[in-house]
Amino acid sequence: MDTLLVIAAILVLAAVGFAFGRRRAVVQSAGVPARLHSLPGYHGHFVALWAAVPALVLLAIWVPLEPVLAMNAALDYFQAHVSEPGNMESIRQSKLALLLGIPQDATTLRLDELGADQYALMQTEIRNTAVGTATTGHSAFIQEVADYYARYRTTSYLIMFAAAVGVAGAGAGFAWSRVAPEMRARNRVEAAVKWFMILCSTVAILTTVGIVLSLLFEALRFFSRIPVTEFLFGLHWSPQTAIREDQVGSTGAFGAVPLFAGTMLISFIAMCVAVPIGLLSAIYMAEYAHSKVRAVVKPLLEILAGIPTVVYGFFAALTVAPFFRDLGDAVGLDVSSESALAAGVVMGIMIIPFVSSLSDDVITAVPQSMREGSYGLGATKSETVRRVILPAALPGIVGGVLLAVSRAIGETMIVVMAAGLGANLTANPLEAVTTVTVQIVTLLVGDQEFDSSKTLAAFALGLVLFVMTLLLNIVALHVVRKYREQYE
Amino acid sequence: MSDEQHTESAHDHAQDHARPDTTAGKPTVDGPVKVASRHVDVFYGEKQAIKDVSLDIAPNEVTAFIGPSGCGKSTFLRALNRMNDIIDICRVTGDIRLDGDDIYDRRVDVVQLRARVGMVFQKPNPFPKSIYENVAYGPRIHGLVAHKDELDEIVHTSLDRAGLLNEVKDRLETPGTGLSGGQQQRLCIARAIAVSPEVILMDEPCSALDPIATAKIEELIDELRENYTIVIVTHSMQQAARVSQRTAFFHLGHLVEMGDTETIFTNPEHRLTQGYITGRFG
Repeated sequence: MDTLLVIAAILVLAAVGFAFGRRRAVVQSAGVPARLHSLPGYHGHFVALWAAVPALVLLAIWVPLEPVLAMNAALDYFQAHVSEPGNMESIRQSKLALLLGIPQDATTLRLDELGADQYALMQTEIRNTAVGTATTGHSAFIQEVADYYARYRTTSYLIMFAAAVGVAGAGAGFAWSRVAPEMRARNRVEAAVKWFMILCSTVAILTTVGIVLSLLFEALRFFSRIPVTEFLFGLHWSPQTAIREDQVGSTGAFGAVPLFAGTMLISFIAMCVAVPIGLLSAIYMAEYAHSKVRAVVKPLLEILAGIPTVVYGFFAALTVAPFFRDLGDAVGLDVSSESALAAGVVMGIMIIPFVSSLSDDVITAVPQSMREGSYGLGATKSETVRRVILPAALPGIVGGVLLAVSRAIGETMIVVMAAGLGANLTANPLEAVTTVTVQIVTLLVGDQEFDSSKTLAAFALGLVLFVMTLLLNIVALHVVRKYREQYE
Repeated sequence: MSDEQHTESAHDHAQDHARPDTTAGKPTVDGPVKVASRHVDVFYGEKQAIKDVSLDIAPNEVTAFIGPSGCGKSTFLRALNRMNDIIDICRVTGDIRLDGDDIYDRRVDVVQLRARVGMVFQKPNPFPKSIYENVAYGPRIHGLVAHKDELDEIVHTSLDRAGLLNEVKDRLETPGTGLSGGQQQRLCIARAIAVSPEVILMDEPCSALDPIATAKIEELIDELRENYTIVIVTHSMQQAARVSQRTAFFHLGHLVEMGDTETIFTNPEHRLTQGYITGRFG
């Protein structure tokens, strides 16, 4: 039942169609392509599209539909034959009877009386038996139904193969017959490409919408158990809920304030590191560095952006955090071995290329005439940078910094490894804090029921985080766009 | 670029340089000289944009540089206040003196030089600040004023001299970029005047303006001559004839001819000059 084979056959037909369409166009042009409305290649693509698109659409409908039809047919077969002598007996002897809860004296089985779970189990059983991976023990009748199911699928597959190839061939033939010098193949092919691009962009948009909706609905389920106000304003975070009725303690507290405070603290530390370093290096790159220095140093700086965040994570956890702890010991400060400071500093280093690259772009985008105007008045380089270039580039820089902030808020790996899990509500960077992203990870890692308050809390956190970064991005993009309009 | 390059070559230049041009080395002004250049070469990387140019600029006159596109007149203009320094690959050799002092000497502070030799550019380039701040920029960075009152005074005088005050006095706090093209260019002139330069270099100041704005700027240039030495690069021969007292004609990086504007336009010595001003090429 290889759908790939069908696709391959369609593509081969499309390729053949391309060759034939092109050839026909060439022949009709009699060696002078200018006689054609469109170049021969467009005619080829026109035929190929007619071969591939209808057949692929047909396939796209068949692929999800066919197993359902086959299963319905198999279940009908089951219902029709289950009362025949020996069939019920064979079911009773298999483990399936136990799982379905069939009484030992039952002589028949009505599928529409089964519960939803049992109905699904029956279907799984038939499917598994058909491919020989059933685990519930052998039943001759189930085997018979499964064989029927398998035969049905084979037949429908063969029909499908024939239909797809037929449609592809018919499409190609139709298009091939339309190839003529005055045929507007180029316009059609370009229209098809345009629709394909629209389709691609729709996929991205729909995915975003889907993610937002799923976050939203799960979060709403969470808020039906825990009040929104408690979640948003509660000061205590302890998501351990009882798994069994009799479990002691841990009723769960879902006050997210400590998490957002931790996120803010770490992001703030990160920005304190990234903004000055990134901005100053951008100013150096854009205004002071010789073009040769710039050509070497700028890519080097951007390598920082290519380091996987997990590498930064263990750099933070294994190198920077112990360093800060030892440093704290040396000066008599009590620094936790998982400190907000270590995570924030490393995150800041990670964000440097973000800030520097975006700032460099906006500083370079300040027109040269601004610099010349300033130099022409006898301004020094630093006066020009401070009084003309930075004010002119400021909106763009702010936009870049805001984008970096949203990156910092959403960053996970570094904080998972270096910031700790304790939800402390503190402004002291030397203590361990935890962030929204860390908690989402810990809530969802491991075996969890997917409808407990604990797991649903992750969706609520994700939703709030999403809204935050979305707002930051909107503001940032707005600022950046406004900046672009400033000259001219 | 380093200052050593200039000074070294400035002194051994006279010996090793071939001089094909007849005008090279001769004074082109009889009388007082504000800016004097001798055997100036300008290179962009390997390409030589200015070849052995020697000319003098008289004080309180308007000197026009004319010539076809790419002849190097703007490059030479920018050499006069070392604006070429900000281009990495640009190199200037030879000798340029302002009031007798070598401006490429390593002891010269380029910032002070540019305060004495101001510049107005082809495209109006007001800073994205208020009109007031645009004009106040120069006096502020040079510490010319101690009080707000003095600064107000300078801003108003400069705008007045640039013929802009009446048009903008009610909206000094609005952005300079919001003015019309001609107003912006006069704002840039006011900005240049505000630091009290001795020389003002103008690089095709009217090429982005309509005829009425151009006429205003030309009128202004004529008035400014009283207090400043002005060098203007222009593509318009009519403009050169209207505003300048002396004209220099450049061709392919050479100074072909320099003289009284009237002489250049009525009785040029060189056939290249004649060809250009009569419109046969360029």
